[in-house]
Amino acid sequence: MLDDIVKEFLVESYENLDQLDRDLMALEETPDDRNRLSSIFRTIHTIKGTSGFLAFPTLEHVTHVGENLLVRLRDGELRLNAEITNGLLAMVDAVRAILGNIEAQSNEGTETYERLISTLEDLRQGRSSKTSVVTKPESAEIAVEEVVRELQDTVSAAVSPKESSKKPRKTRSKKEQPPIQGGPSRTTEPSRIVEPSVSEQSAASRIAADQIEEPEQEPDDHGPGNGSHGETSAAEPGSTRRSSRSMSDGGDNDKNSSVADSSVRIDVHLLDKLMNLVGELVLARNQILQYSQRTDDAGMTAASQRLNLITTELQEGVMKTRMQPIRNAWSKLPRVVRDLSMSCGKQVQVKMDGAETELDKTILEAIKDPLTHIVRNSVDHGIEAPQVRAAAGKPLEGTLWLRAYHEGGQVNIEIIDDGGGINTDRVRQKAVEKGLVSAEQAAAMSDREAIQLILLPGFSTAEKVTNVSGRGVGMDVVKTNVEKIGGTLDIHSSLGQGTTLRIKIPLTLAIVPALVVTCEEDRYCIPQVSLLELVRLEGDRARKDIELMHSVPVYRLRGQLLPLVYLDEELSLRRHRTDEERRSADIVNIVVLQAEDRQFGLVVDQINDTQEIVVKPLGQHIKGISMYAGSTIMGDGTVSLILDVLGIAQQAHVLSEHPSRQFLDANSNRNEQAGAGESWLIVDPRDGTRAAIPLSNVARLEEIRTDSIERTGRQQVVQYRGQIMPLVSISEFGQVESDETGTISLVVFNDGYRNVGIVVGKIVDIVQQSDSVDASAASDTRIIAGRVTRIVDLSQLAMNA
Amino acid sequence: MTIQNSFCTFRVGNLHLGVEVLRVQEVIRAQKMTRIPGSSEVVRGLMNLRGQIVTALDLRRRLDLPETDTADGQMNVVVRTSDGPVSLLVNEIGDVLVVDRDQFEPPPETLLGSTRDLIAGSYKLDGRLLLVLNLDAVMKVAA
Repeated sequence: MLDDIVKEFLVESYENLDQLDRDLMALEETPDDRNRLSSIFRTIHTIKGTSGFLAFPTLEHVTHVGENLLVRLRDGELRLNAEITNGLLAMVDAVRAILGNIEAQSNEGTETYERLISTLEDLRQGRSSKTSVVTKPESAEIAVEEVVRELQDTVSAAVSPKESSKKPRKTRSKKEQPPIQGGPSRTTEPSRIVEPSVSEQSAASRIAADQIEEPEQEPDDHGPGNGSHGETSAAEPGSTRRSSRSMSDGGDNDKNSSVADSSVRIDVHLLDKLMNLVGELVLARNQILQYSQRTDDAGMTAASQRLNLITTELQEGVMKTRMQPIRNAWSKLPRVVRDLSMSCGKQVQVKMDGAETELDKTILEAIKDPLTHIVRNSVDHGIEAPQVRAAAGKPLEGTLWLRAYHEGGQVNIEIIDDGGGINTDRVRQKAVEKGLVSAEQAAAMSDREAIQLILLPGFSTAEKVTNVSGRGVGMDVVKTNVEKIGGTLDIHSSLGQGTTLRIKIPLTLAIVPALVVTCEEDRYCIPQVSLLELVRLEGDRARKDIELMHSVPVYRLRGQLLPLVYLDEELSLRRHRTDEERRSADIVNIVVLQAEDRQFGLVVDQINDTQEIVVKPLGQHIKGISMYAGSTIMGDGTVSLILDVLGIAQQAHVLSEHPSRQFLDANSNRNEQAGAGESWLIVDPRDGTRAAIPLSNVARLEEIRTDSIERTGRQQVVQYRGQIMPLVSISEFGQVESDETGTISLVVFNDGYRNVGIVVGKIVDIVQQSDSVDASAASDTRIIAGRVTRIVDLSQLAMNA
Repeated sequence: MTIQNSFCTFRVGNLHLGVEVLRVQEVIRAQKMTRIPGSSEVVRGLMNLRGQIVTALDLRRRLDLPETDTADGQMNVVVRTSDGPVSLLVNEIGDVLVVDRDQFEPPPETLLGSTRDLIAGSYKLDGRLLLVLNLDAVMKVAA
């Protein structure tokens, strides 16, 4: 396939060429239109520039000569006449033919257009008359029908310009027929002198000249004329002509339709408008769905379901039009890195991973500047000078990785350097110097927290102004910018080994899935991005499981303490509960949320459902309240507020340093541990072994009856969600036996194309375990939960299916 | 010939107020409102105006007028601002009045306090004063 860049070039060039045709025609009417000339010049110049860049030498050569001619025209040294127009049109056609070849065969084809080039050259030097006679056949050869009429004029005009101005057309053409006939064969001589190798071409052009004369002028002359050209022009020229014709005509009509006609340039504002309209449609759809649920009318239900589907597809489609690969934001970074590393005397190579990851154009625009800043920071502060690196035993050349990937409806962008890392002691010291924190606070901070200090306003890079860093935006601005588009910024650094900055941003801003909750009769939306899980406690559990840690309510979520935040209290809809009240609730609905690296439980009155909501910005009077991210219109037409999880976490001091330091520290440490480990699904294949599957690989857990297993050839399969799913056994000793009840457990694994059922026997447990516990002998066995456990690579297994 | 201005007039408490008619987008009856916990008490909530979300400001509270009885009517005067439409809650809608420009007078020096910025001046009508709101100042509500 063609490279994207070549494809873009083709699309752009075809568009430009069409414009060029029109411009040239218009120019004939008004030869002195300087603007139009300049525009033509620019177009050709662009094509030339790009073709040089993409290594299309013939195209470059042709356009280069054309450009030279245009320069003279533009500068007023030459005046446009029909001859020059024809030459230029011929060039446009040649360019088109070459583009057609590039599209069809990924190369320029064998044609070199020597003749056209020399003609253009002649035209540039103001030589016309006879040479121009040569030109005509050349141009005719490429697009016979198009120029045939003009050709007649110019050919005769060129041969005897004075006569042509006086005599009426019909008589003239009769009279001058012989010179035209002779023209091409005569001019074969001079062209040989210039380019000895083009005899074949000139012969072809002779044929072409004949072809042109045929239809209108002298049908009788046709036979002898053809014969008189001699042996050289017998077979080969004909084929040359055919091929060149098919190149221009066929290529134009069929093939560029595949590239040029299949893409349209659209104003971004139009897309924005479409996106807004789709947003409105989603709202209307939500309303209709709600009404249709209340009626029993089957027709209404069917219609609304159909509307539902179409709206969803339309929404996806429109969103797709706004998606652009992140490459667009990255493309200028290698240059930035190069310039910067040169001026710092460092050696840095840039590696990119996942450049094709797509995200919304608005978001792309919004992260361009922060990205540049982070990259600058990494090169300036992160990667060390070569001698320092050598001393540390690292390769002289530092590496800067840019990675992007999709994860859970979000885009992760990582900027990783293998530099010196962040010296947390120095950061502490600087922060104290700047008066951002007190010495005691600084000393009490964990390294992780200290790193976050560089994100404080006023810290930035001001301590170390160089000519490269220290201007532009500071890290606090980077953070604000990322958060403005609903993203989060995360820094990991280990001293001496490098720094990783991770930006997580949503795919799009306009329409997001959200959880709807009720609090004091009002509904609020929580973006699902921050949602981890829902917990509902009833009766005894509600009373017992909410524990108080010095009047701070917490809940033990799988053994970890989760601080609880009561939404109604945070919104000041009711006074804070007493300890007694907290303990005596009958039902507690907890929405477990993630705010930066902390988790907390938001207690709400009721959890309704999830919905696609259209985010509308808040007006100036509410914008300042950090607890809200926006507003939306619900299915019944009422307005609901969208909660800003980060804002609520801050308001509730989940993220702050003060109220319960130790508690938070402990919490963050646990989170770190949890983050370092992986969750494993422990299964018992009933063959005396234990196996563990990374939970991240598991799509679903299913239980099936053994009698539902069918066979196709030697493969065991089951019908799963209307599809045939192959089964593989996890056991190294063949088939897994079912238990006495006749059921068997499956782990459904999706390898991106299909589901594969892994027969696992019995599911034992889910455990979390750090990777670093043992690098034991066999890499695929570990001790997990006190037993030797085989680690199963599902993708490997699935290949056997 | 004197220059004339048109004002959309309404009553808030016992004040007779007016806004230039060109700044008014529409006048609608009381709407279902979504309250915004944590916002200034002047901000009464958000309403759905044909798919557009509009903030409603309580003009009585904005003007520091005493609370009146809830039976007093409630209407929305939706005005255009640089930040999109904003609704002003008023008690009663009056006529559109055409007044002579030369009847205008800025507020007296004795009008003090925060209200002074909100009232651009008054037109001396027959038997009563029409107070002209300075909309841009009215919109500046501390969060």
